[in-house]
Amino acid sequence: MEPHANLQVVGHAAEELGRLAVHHVSYLWLIPLFPLVGAAINALVGWKLQKLFGKKIVHRIAVTAMFAAFAVALRAFWQLLHLPAGERFLQNTLWNVLTAGRVTVDLAFALDPLSMMMVLVITGIGALIHVFSIGYMADEPAYWRFFSYLNLFVFAMLLLVMGDNFAVMFFGWEGVGLASYLLIAFWYTDPEKAKAGMKAFVANRFGDFGFLAGLLLLFWALGGAWAPRDGFARNLDYRPAAELNAVAGAANAAEADALAPRVDGVKVGPTLNFRELRDQVVIEATGVKEHLANTQIWGVSLLALIGILLFVGAMGKSAQLPLYVWLPDAMAGPTPVSALIHAATMVTAGVYMVARLNFLFALSPSAMGWVALIGAVTAMFAATIGFFQYDIKKVLAYSTVSQLGFMFIGVGVGAYWAGVYHLMTHAFFKATLFLGSGSVILGCHHEQDMRKMGGLKKYMPITRWTYLFACIAIAGFPIANGFYSKDEILWKAFTSRHLELFGAPAPWLGPLIYAIGILTATGTAFYMYRSYYMTFTGEYRGNAGHHDEHNVDPHSAVAAKASALSHSVHADDGAAHAFGLDSHAPSHGAVKLHAVGHAAAAHGHDAHAAHGHDADAAHGHDAGHAAAHDDADAHGHGHHGGTPHESPWTITLVLAILAAGSFLTLFLGIPAAWTHTAPLLEHWLEPALLAEVPFAHVDHIWEYAFQGAGVLAATIGWLAARALYKDGLSDVPARLKARFERAWTVVYNKYYVDELYAFIVLKPSVALARSLSRFDGSVIDGLVNFVGAIGRFLGRFDAGIDKYLVDGLVNAVANATWGFGRQLRHVQTGRIQTYLYGALGGALVVVLLNFLIS
Amino acid sequence: MISLNHFLVVGALLFTLGLVTVATRRNAVGVLMGVELILNGANVNFVAFNHYVTGGVTGQVFALFVIVLAAAEAAVGLAIVLSIFQTFKTIDVRHADLMRE
Repeated sequence: MEPHANLQVVGHAAEELGRLAVHHVSYLWLIPLFPLVGAAINALVGWKLQKLFGKKIVHRIAVTAMFAAFAVALRAFWQLLHLPAGERFLQNTLWNVLTAGRVTVDLAFALDPLSMMMVLVITGIGALIHVFSIGYMADEPAYWRFFSYLNLFVFAMLLLVMGDNFAVMFFGWEGVGLASYLLIAFWYTDPEKAKAGMKAFVANRFGDFGFLAGLLLLFWALGGAWAPRDGFARNLDYRPAAELNAVAGAANAAEADALAPRVDGVKVGPTLNFRELRDQVVIEATGVKEHLANTQIWGVSLLALIGILLFVGAMGKSAQLPLYVWLPDAMAGPTPVSALIHAATMVTAGVYMVARLNFLFALSPSAMGWVALIGAVTAMFAATIGFFQYDIKKVLAYSTVSQLGFMFIGVGVGAYWAGVYHLMTHAFFKATLFLGSGSVILGCHHEQDMRKMGGLKKYMPITRWTYLFACIAIAGFPIANGFYSKDEILWKAFTSRHLELFGAPAPWLGPLIYAIGILTATGTAFYMYRSYYMTFTGEYRGNAGHHDEHNVDPHSAVAAKASALSHSVHADDGAAHAFGLDSHAPSHGAVKLHAVGHAAAAHGHDAHAAHGHDADAAHGHDAGHAAAHDDADAHGHGHHGGTPHESPWTITLVLAILAAGSFLTLFLGIPAAWTHTAPLLEHWLEPALLAEVPFAHVDHIWEYAFQGAGVLAATIGWLAARALYKDGLSDVPARLKARFERAWTVVYNKYYVDELYAFIVLKPSVALARSLSRFDGSVIDGLVNFVGAIGRFLGRFDAGIDKYLVDGLVNAVANATWGFGRQLRHVQTGRIQTYLYGALGGALVVVLLNFLIS
Repeated sequence: MISLNHFLVVGALLFTLGLVTVATRRNAVGVLMGVELILNGANVNFVAFNHYVTGGVTGQVFALFVIVLAAAEAAVGLAIVLSIFQTFKTIDVRHADLMRE
């Protein structure tokens, strides 16, 4: 199939499209404002509020801000619902930020069905995760800082999805990167966590560079190529350069708007505004589409280049190969952060961006091919790593990377609504999984290693049921939402025939991606059920006091030690140590606080000396924490020994709501094959996702068959995990591990990708930095020092002149005067008779002269 | 016959003796006495010139003025000497050198 033929198909569908109708409203800015205000309050005066009124005030501010934003979002949703489908576009311009010739940047927000869905997910699930954090972070001394960051993140994310132009979107794009960095490195005293934060930021920055390059290229392509340029074909019959140059002289936004060249009333030329971009690209008469499609740079299609560069940005933000490495490390952050940022919202920014620019990506089958292929490979790759991880959060992290791969398959093959639908379903079930894992981690005293869990279904029933339901969803059983989105994606992948690679048609790519996808789906079911069975079934394997220090964060280490110590107190004869408190506590204020805090739990034993002795090392360096531990121990996990416990109601309620959401959202995506009408969400998103991509027509019977295959894949994965891991009885995993030790090691160590990065990126850059430092130290510093030495020498010389010549002269005059005066002093004796002699002598001289002269 | 020159020589002698006394005496009272001699040397000249050259009484009157002046001078001078003595417990003019330096 020729690429041109594809374009014609696309063009045919888009022919009916006209300009986007806009409804101007004035309240959209409230949605990002609330989280911003919440973040500002907690950032500026949060510590004071927390000190004066306790932690309640802090989370009340943050959660209120979230629910307020959600309420405004619902209001906007209501308004959108009541508009005709083709006119669902709310716009709210606050002010013009800059006008520089052809570039006008407004601070403006827009809501179309796509961003509306994103805003509802962000504010809705975000609000729930804020509520979850109340319980999860109850022990945290820097409570205000956490909630401030969370609100800041939501603010940036809302800018990203609501921005009416690339500038606002890019601001949010960078803002979420910043907030992500702050939250991953939240416990920055641990160097590992601080490093994870930096890694995320740097990897994201790398992707952002691609995104920015793509944007600039697009901007250039819309305007620059019109003007004659050496080596590039000029589209003479399209736009006289004079008209665009006139815009370059505009002084303000209105003037630029008035001067902008138009074709049939549609503004053309370079723009940052999504709507203007969309209008000029989708309306055939402007000729922009034709121009873009026919332009090549160095033999590469311009559109493909733009698409791939933009996708590099998406790779960074949405953790695709090869920039995914930061996401697993990002699990160093608090669990609610993992749920909010690294599962539900931020990582989907790349998917959102591709969906938002669907009309551009659809024009380039080559870019789409790459997006889909990288999505598929990432999905497979991450899933296999997920097989053998023991850290429950790591499993979920790789699962997230894998699911993001599915989303990119969706938006890559042109099934935009399916990709976005998977984004939404994933937000629900992955948030449930992450928060469930958070609940488990909390229940097990900050243990993250699944080998030390097991049997938790007895202790945490609500967490267990919600986690299981989310497993069902992600595995793809039809009773939860994951099935509907994933199978739609895979089905669309299978039927796509238009993808290209390297500019050559690749009709085999779709089925290949399907094959990878269905295998990955099997793997997904396997590792998710593995995590479920390892965590919730069998016997509890964790014994408090024997924690793996690598997995324990610094705060929980204290709790773990404390619970271990309370055992030793019980075992000891209390009376023998009864006086220990008096002798030790006064010298260790922190220990005393802690010990007193445990008095109730220790059943009246007075044997706190044990605390005093052993806890000294653990607490001495962190007095603040010990204090916080005592005053706000909401769930009291330090108080009972080794048994896990269910989490407080704020956590279980959120889990239940999210699990319910995982069920309810399935109704948005009932396949057309079942009902013969488009799924609700597809219908809703239609005005925003207008690019129509051709799919091979296959009979509905086949679709049923493929859905059956999807369920079969999930079942196989589930049964395999059940056989291997249920109740922890089977020894097959251990035997397999022993049998394939080498392969297991490679996969367990994540294919050594981090080491590869260290070798390819880190080592050369460190070496370069070292050599530059040496160059700097020897050559540059040498030069500078040489110049300095010359200056110093000249200075010394000059100082010598000054000291000996100039000062010498001045001093000589002064000395002469002084000496002269000293000599003259003898003349003035103060004795009248001496003067008289002088007068007589003078008179004598006068008389003698008188005689001599006359 | 006693001429003008004899008077002038006496006057010159008185003046010179006074001058020498003023220049060499270390006793403040001695210095004052030298000043008296100088004044009286001048008086002799006044009177002699009046008698031999001009006539009239102008010279005599001037001489009387000088005598009055000398009396006043002696009074003031002796008062100063008294004050010096009270300060320095001596009337040696060499020791009255507080304003030196």
